[in-house]
Order: sequence, then structure tokens, then C-alpha cells
Amino acid sequence: MQFTFTDEQEEFRLIVRRFMDDKSPRTEVRKLMDSEQGYDAAVWKQLSEGLGLPGIHIPEAYGGQGFGFVELCIVLEEMGRALLCAPFFSATALAATSIIHAGTEEQKLALLPGIASGQTLATLALSEANRDWLPCNTETSATPSDNNSGDNSDDNYLLNGEKSYVVDGHIADLLIVVARTPGTAGDEGLSLFTVPSDAPGLQRRLLKSLDPTRKLAHIEFKQTPATLLGELNRGGDTLPPILDLAAVALASEMVGGAQMMLESALDYAQLRMQFGRLIGSFQVIKHKCADMLLDVELAKSTAYYAASAAADGAPDLPTVASLSKAYASDTYMKSAAECLQIHGGIGFTWENDTHLYFKRAKSSEVFLGDANYHRDQVVLRWENQA
Amino acid sequence: MSEQTVESTEQSLRTDVRTWVEANWNPDASLLEWRNKLIDSGWGCSSWPEEWHGRGLSIGLSEAVDDELRKAGAVGVAKAGARMLAAATILEHGDDFHKDKFLRHLLTGEDTWCQLFSEPGSGSDLAGLTTRADFDGENWVLNGQKVWTTSAHHAQYGIVLARTNWDVPKHQGITYFLMNMEQAGVEVRPLQQMNGHASFNEIFFTDAKIAPELMLGEEGKGWKVAMTTLAHERRLVDGIRSWGRGAKGQGRIYDELKAEIANVMEPYKWYPQRAGRVDLLIERAKATGKYDDPAVRQSIAKVLMMAKAAEWTGRRVKAAQALGRPPGPEGSLGKLAGSQVARLAAQAHTLIAGHDAMLTEEDGALNGIISEVLISTPAESIAGGTDEIQRNIIAERSLGLPKEPRTDVDRPFRDVPRNTVS
Ligand SMILES: Cc1cc2nc3c(=O)[nH]c(=O)nc-3n(C[C@H](O)[C@H](O)[C@H](O)COP(=O)(O)OP(=O)(O)OC[C@H]3O[C@@H](n4cnc5c(N)ncnc54)[C@H](O)[C@@H]3O)c2cc1C
Repeated sequence: MQFTFTDEQEEFRLIVRRFMDDKSPRTEVRKLMDSEQGYDAAVWKQLSEGLGLPGIHIPEAYGGQGFGFVELCIVLEEMGRALLCAPFFSATALAATSIIHAGTEEQKLALLPGIASGQTLATLALSEANRDWLPCNTETSATPSDNNSGDNSDDNYLLNGEKSYVVDGHIADLLIVVARTPGTAGDEGLSLFTVPSDAPGLQRRLLKSLDPTRKLAHIEFKQTPATLLGELNRGGDTLPPILDLAAVALASEMVGGAQMMLESALDYAQLRMQFGRLIGSFQVIKHKCADMLLDVELAKSTAYYAASAAADGAPDLPTVASLSKAYASDTYMKSAAECLQIHGGIGFTWENDTHLYFKRAKSSEVFLGDANYHRDQVVLRWENQA
Repeated sequence: MSEQTVESTEQSLRTDVRTWVEANWNPDASLLEWRNKLIDSGWGCSSWPEEWHGRGLSIGLSEAVDDELRKAGAVGVAKAGARMLAAATILEHGDDFHKDKFLRHLLTGEDTWCQLFSEPGSGSDLAGLTTRADFDGENWVLNGQKVWTTSAHHAQYGIVLARTNWDVPKHQGITYFLMNMEQAGVEVRPLQQMNGHASFNEIFFTDAKIAPELMLGEEGKGWKVAMTTLAHERRLVDGIRSWGRGAKGQGRIYDELKAEIANVMEPYKWYPQRAGRVDLLIERAKATGKYDDPAVRQSIAKVLMMAKAAEWTGRRVKAAQALGRPPGPEGSLGKLAGSQVARLAAQAHTLIAGHDAMLTEEDGALNGIISEVLISTPAESIAGGTDEIQRNIIAERSLGLPKEPRTDVDRPFRDVPRNTVS
């Protein structure tokens, strides 16, 4: 278990931070969040070609950088801090992770290099309208199509159903879709499929998201041809670890945002005067800031521990994935709310940047399961804890 | 007064109101015509003094009068918004010229008012305001900036605090004015909030003019006058809540009233969401199936319990007030309780909405009402005095704890460190 970052990792973090400071200032964030596309293609290109970030945890054999989950989490923490608007979480944290864990060797060779180079925008379509993130609630069906030749049955399926809350689903080139074999229920009969976004019978619509820096789409499949990813009916086994890794990734992104809220609150407390003194000189504001530090540092420790467990494939990963996500959910939301409160009225205005983080925190709080769900999982999974 | 006398006074009062309304109410009259009649009768704002459109009744009894008007379907005087703050302050500190010039038009709804107190540099520390008024021999000349002003874009008049003396301690250099908003030196810009609404404005004064007779109270004594205004702020919120009632009916007057309400209420349409929409919790939980989750039910229960406890505390305060008892410490808690209820309600709504908390507007839960709750409740602990300031007030005034040492009141305001923003 790695409790501190190596010098190389710290250096890497600095490089990523400098890139974010340079390419994702709040003016850019505000511009991109108002655009339908939601990201800047030129910045995406630099981030891909210059830094190789989309392939950060993709093995070299598949065109990636060959780093581990810790490095991925460093990148996400910095992106969360800068509120970067880019299809990174969808392509790298969700889609690439899914392919790495569920795809066949052939499929990895075929699909991962495109994601690693930043050329393929990909995402995972799991959740359905008014449902939670549990794969067992999947209703979208996959039936073998007529030209599915018995022995080579990987290829041809037809999808029917609807997915919602699909991150960057409106721009993704490649969708990884969770669907079930007709007649099955629960965790049985679940499989992953790949679908190019221009497939027939596929319709997508950009949703109005509370957090405009994270674009979400609704996607409908009507007799849409799809290719099986990995083995048929194995989703019940492959999806839980993929979702654990996604939760760890999200927790890292969230602690980056929470850290920014702490820093922003501290800056303002040392700038704003009321009653002839800095508001940071009032004990109640000091206590708030101290409590924020406590929350943020504790949340970071859980995110770092979980990233390390993910990198090592540690047996307690399921427990600590939920632990870190629950911690991050509470901490990010609380930090954003306190930062807003310390700003007073100005914090409630559109012009002030706090609300951008507040909305990211609110949306991330429920994305991939809220704190109540993950706390429950922490207890249920506790036996696996080393 | 014994409880029995209070009751019998109220009964005969209600009969008087009913008789008068039966004889005079006409839904086909114009709103202006009717309101003038109502003002002349003294029933429109019966707690006001007899010489100024009222009947000198207690708050409790005047509420009974309003209740009778409402029951009869009769439209009341214009009561919402900053106009009531202006009215209360003019009644207490104004001279006959002020009362004569402003009160009637304010009650008929012909004049809209706004409150120009908060500034970018001074919110919690209202007395630290830096908008300046200088006398040029003929008029007071106003320069500076105000913020969080509701309705300023269609207001004819404003109540405004400005600094007229920088060489005395902060509270002693402030003067209270009534000002004409429709003049060249006043620029009004909408201020957008994080929930997308723009209910407020920023106001910029560049050599705006105020005639000397529009000073309310004395020069440099504006702080005391402002205290009257602030004391009425809480009742303002109740006024807004009841404003929309009684607008249902057929006839010219109802149409005119509906138009007025639509205009006046526009900035307040997100206010129910800001308070947390506790009323929707159970209904939403049932609709989403989260009602079956015991953890969610615990969250909902906490909100419902606190909301009820706060409501009953408010009722206790009112009941004691009606009997003329001195106010106890419980009277200062409503605001703080309200912001905690709002915060807990937003948490419970998040749990109930699940994923849908990621969506907004027409894609969001209840057509965006729930997402509006999630991004409006933070206002509750800031607007009208922050939670931190409320706690200071409760601790020092209600509980009698030692006051925080102050370094800003013992010297000329000129020498007090302050923000550079304004
Ligand atoms: C939705 C909304 C509606 C509003 N409506 C109106 C309106 O109609 N009319 C109007 O005049 N104003 C209005 N306001 C302004 C509001 O009254 C101020 O925002 C509020 O009083 C806080 O002032 P501020 O914003 O300057 O924050 P600041 O006073 O700068 O406060 C910043 C932080 O410091 C803390 N702080 C300040 N002083 C102390 C202290 N002594 N001890 C401990 N902590 C302290 C505060 O609690 C806060 O957390 C509104 C604001 C909002 C958000």
C-alpha cells in the first residue's frame, strides 16, 4: 500500500497542474459549459498528444502510457480542481477501464489505442432513467440478430432500450452499453456491448444537466446493431470491479474540487473585511476553515488509499472504493457549501465561481451512487477489509 | 386584557368589517378606485394610526380584519415588497409632508418602492456603508453602489442609507433618505444568481439628486431610522406569502390584481424552493419509490420534525405577543431554524431524487422544481443576515453573553480599515 506519492508522481502532478492552470482557467470553463459540445478540441488534442493523458492507465501494449491507477487518480484530482471541461472521465475512467476489464485480447488491441491517443471519444452507458447504478436494474435487451452465425456469436446483436445520464454520450464515438439477454433477471444475463454512435436505430439527446461542466445524454436504441464486448452473460462478474474503479476515479476528481473550495474560502477569508477586520479573524470563520481542512484531508487519504488499492488490485478494493466515494460525496458537498457561506451574498451570484463547484459537487454526490448507498456497501463489504 | 375580552372585541370587529365589505365591495370597480375607498375606510391597513389611513388596531386584530376581507373575496391594499418597509419607517420617523406625499400612493400600488441598504463592501456590517451623500447647497448628491435590490428596475422610489459624515464613528455619520429612482444619476443593472434567476439589481449612483426635504429623521441619525426598517423585514416575508391569495375571482378588479401580482411576484417565484419545499418530501419519496428506504425516511423525518418544531415555536411567539407578554429568547430563532430546515430539506431531496439530482429544468425532477431547491437553498443562510450573524445576535442579545470586542466603532469612520471594492 502506497501512503505517499513518489517524487516522479509529484513531478507529474505539477506538470498536469500547470497544464490545467494554463488551459482550463475559469473563463474557459464558463465558455465551454455554455457550449453544446462541452469541450475544446484543441485543448483535448494537446492533452492527448502532448501529455498522453487519455492513455495514462492503458497498458503500453494497447497504445497507452502504461501507468497505473495512482497516476490516473492524480490526473483526475487535478482535473477536478480545475473543473476541466473535457471528455476524460467518460473515455478514460469509464470506457477504457471497462474494455481493459471486460474485453478480449483482440478487442483491447482494436479499441484501446484509439482511446489512448484521444482520437476515439468513448463512454459507458449503464444507468437507465429513474434507476440507480446497479447493473441488475438493466432493462435494455440484447437479442442475437439473424445474421449472427452460431459459432462466431460475438458480433451481432440488436439492442433495444434506453440509457440515461450517459456522461458525454452526446459526443462519444463509441458507446459501451450494458444490456441483458431476454428472459434473464438480476445479475444474470448481463453483458457489455460496443456500439458506434452512428449505428442505425440509435438516437441521442443532450440532457439539461445541473452541472453544466459535465454533459449528460439520453440514448435510445431501437434494433441497434451491437458487438459483444468480452463474453456473453458475464456482466454480473465484470461490472462490479469496473464500477469500483470508476468510484475510486470519481472520488479522486471530487477531492480535487473540495481542495479548491478550501483554498478559495481561505483566500476570501483573508481578503474580505467586515466590521473593520478580515472575516478570517472571526473565530467562527477560522473554525469553519479548520473543519474544512479536516474533512478535505481525510477525504484525500481515503481517495489516495483507494487509488493505491486499485493499482495493486488489493482484495479490499470493493470496500475502500465505496468508502472513498462516500467520503468524497459528503466532503465535496460540505466544502462547497461552506465556501459559498464564507463568501456571503457574492457566493450566491452567477458571477462568482463557487457555484460552478457547488453544482459539480451536487452532481458528483449522486453520480455512481450517493453516500447513503456507498456507506451501506462499506459495511456489507467490510469482511474483505484487510 | 383577558383572553375573553380579546375574543369578544375580535368578534364585533369582524362583524363591522363584514358589514362594510358587503356594502362596498364591487369586483367590477378598478383596482385603484377600490383601494382608495378601502384606504379611506381605514380597513385597508387597520394597524396604522387613525389619522393616516388606519384604525390604530393591534397587529393581532388587524390580522383578523385582513382575514375578513379575504373571506369576502375582497382585494386588499398593496402590501408586498419594500413598500411596507418604507411605509413603516415613514410612519414612525416621517413628518406630515412625507406621510402625505407617499403613504396613499404606496398603498394603492401606484408607487413601487425598493430598499437600498446592502453594498458590495458592506453586507453583514451594514453600518460600514460607503455610498456618500454631499450637500451642494441645493440638493444632496449621491455617489456609490448598492446591491441586492429587489424591484429597483420598476421602482419609483427608494429608501436609501448614505454616509454624510466621515469624521465621526460609523453609526453616527449615516443619513436616511427617501429618493426618486427615476432620474439620470441612477443606473440599475440586473444581478444574476447561481440559480439563473435575476431577482435583484445592482444600483450605481452618479451624482444622483435628493431634495433636502426627503431626508427621513435627522442628518447623521439614519442608523436609528434604519433599525425601524430592519425590524419590519421579517413581516415583509409573510406579506409576500399572503400576497397571491385572494386573486381568484371574476371581474375587472381581479384581472388588474393578477397583472399586479405577476409583476410584483416575479422576483420571488423561486422563494418557496429556497426554503426547501418540505411540503414535497413525502410525495416525492412515494413517487420515486425511495419511501421504502429506511435511511431516506430517517432523513425526511429529521426535516419534517424540525420544520414542525420551528413552526410551533413561531406560533408560541405569536400567541404570547397577542397577549401582550414580553418577547422571550425563542423569538430570535426563526431565521436560524429556517436555514437549517432548508439545508436538511435539500439533502433529503437529493437522496429522494437519486440520479435525477444531476438534471435540471425540464429534464429534472418535477420539471426542475427539485433542482431549483438544490441550488437555491444556500441563499437561506445568507439573505437577510447570515447564520453566523444570527448566532452572534442570539448569543449576545438573547443569551446575554459578553460582546465581541470591537475596533471599528471607537474612531472616525475615515480611519476604519475597509474593503477596497467600493
Ligand atoms: C438571495 C439574497 C437576497 C438578498 N436580499 C437582500 C435584500 O433584499 N436587501 C438587502 O439589503 N440585502 C439583501 N441581500 C444581501 C444580504 O443581506 C447580505 O448578503 C448578507 O447580509 C451578508 O453580507 P455580505 O454578502 O456582504 O457577506 P459578508 O458580510 O462579507 O460575510 C462574509 C462571511 O463572513 C461572515 N461574517 C461577517 N461578519 C461576521 C462576524 N462579525 N462574525 C462572524 N462571521 C462574520 C458571514 O457570516 C459570511 O459567512 C440578499 C442576499 C442574498 C444572497
